[in-house]
Amino acid sequence: MRKGVMRPGHIQIRVLDIEEALKHYRDLIGLIEVDRDDVGRVYLKGWTEVDKFSIVLREADEPGMDFVSYKVIDNAALDRLEQDLRDYGAEVTEIPAGELKGCGRRIRFKAPTGHNLELFAEKEQTGKWGLTDRNPEAWPRNLTGMRATRFDHCLLYGDDLEGNVKLFTEVLGFDLAEQVLDPEGNKAAVFFSCSSKAHDVAFIGHPEKDKFHHASFWLDNWQDVLRAADLISMTDTPLDIGPTRHGLTHGQTIYFFDPSGNRSEVFCGGDYHYPDHPTVTWDTGELGKAIFYHTREINERFLTVLT
Amino acid sequence: MERYQITIINRDAVFSCKAGQSLLGGVVSQRQKAIDVGCRGGGCGVCKIRIISGDYESKKMSIKHVSADELAEGLALSCRIFPNSDMVIEALD
Ligand code: FES
Ligand SMILES: [Fe+2]
Repeated sequence: MRKGVMRPGHIQIRVLDIEEALKHYRDLIGLIEVDRDDVGRVYLKGWTEVDKFSIVLREADEPGMDFVSYKVIDNAALDRLEQDLRDYGAEVTEIPAGELKGCGRRIRFKAPTGHNLELFAEKEQTGKWGLTDRNPEAWPRNLTGMRATRFDHCLLYGDDLEGNVKLFTEVLGFDLAEQVLDPEGNKAAVFFSCSSKAHDVAFIGHPEKDKFHHASFWLDNWQDVLRAADLISMTDTPLDIGPTRHGLTHGQTIYFFDPSGNRSEVFCGGDYHYPDHPTVTWDTGELGKAIFYHTREINERFLTVLT
Repeated sequence: MERYQITIINRDAVFSCKAGQSLLGGVVSQRQKAIDVGCRGGGCGVCKIRIISGDYESKKMSIKHVSADELAEGLALSCRIFPNSDMVIEALD
């Protein structure tokens, strides 16, 4: 049952060098740099996003993900979710409004897979970048790079997938849209939706907690994914795999790495999900096709290279 | 252009790096498989090596995979090491 969580709000990614990272996220992926704060973090967003920011970059000695946050419909829903999290036994920390510039109060808790998750209800709305909301044009003309439109989801690796299913479906009100099961019925991957998207967050089983696989950005169509591939070559950016299609969610995609080794994805298309839809299941025996629908072969690097 | 010869002592492999190219970049450009290729950004740790000899410059690498002590002992991520001379290294995995 949905509980008022609407969408991914923001993700904070650790990078080894902030200016190099900006060449990747701003100049190559085409996100808009919107602000910086006095601890040196840089705030960005995709041009279609109405809220002020969705990506925060922080310089650190170890790349990876600090936290990912989901936006909740209003403060009443946030209060209810906070109470539900406490009842479920989560250790909840309050992060005061303004700790991220323009973002309201956040509540932070740990997923059973070790990741820091957050919920918040309020963020400054600066509108779609370069457009007004009165008689808007189709798109702004001065975009750069891949012209990514929004932060769409992230994929995280960790150990306790069953624990995450309980947290996301029973406490946070996401649906289990897709899953990968081994022959004994154990979960190898879980994809959750809180919207009509095929996934708003996904987890793959892995012995180590709190690992980051990729942050993903939406493009409008396959031609844009091919254009992104051209830009990856033109800039000598390390390619992971693609352009290709996934079996899971059926998105059309390409993966590449930022200058600190964090993986990025840009993708388009794929399935949609409504709350009454049954969970789609892939078997581990078909994992090659589930992950890379065309080659139908598992690529070792895609499964094991993480930050 | 200057090329440096890199010897991997425990793999019986020799490859070369152009000036400005990382050790891992050299391995990949010569289609060798002597070192595992991951993120190529100093983040994932799969390309870890030990440096035996040679001059080089390095870029920042994840402290999770190479601690300050390890760095001082010559351990490194080969995607973040840029040779300035011929080098001898050991692959780790
Ligand atoms: S390839 Fe990932 S650290 Fe070198
Ligand atoms: Fe993805």
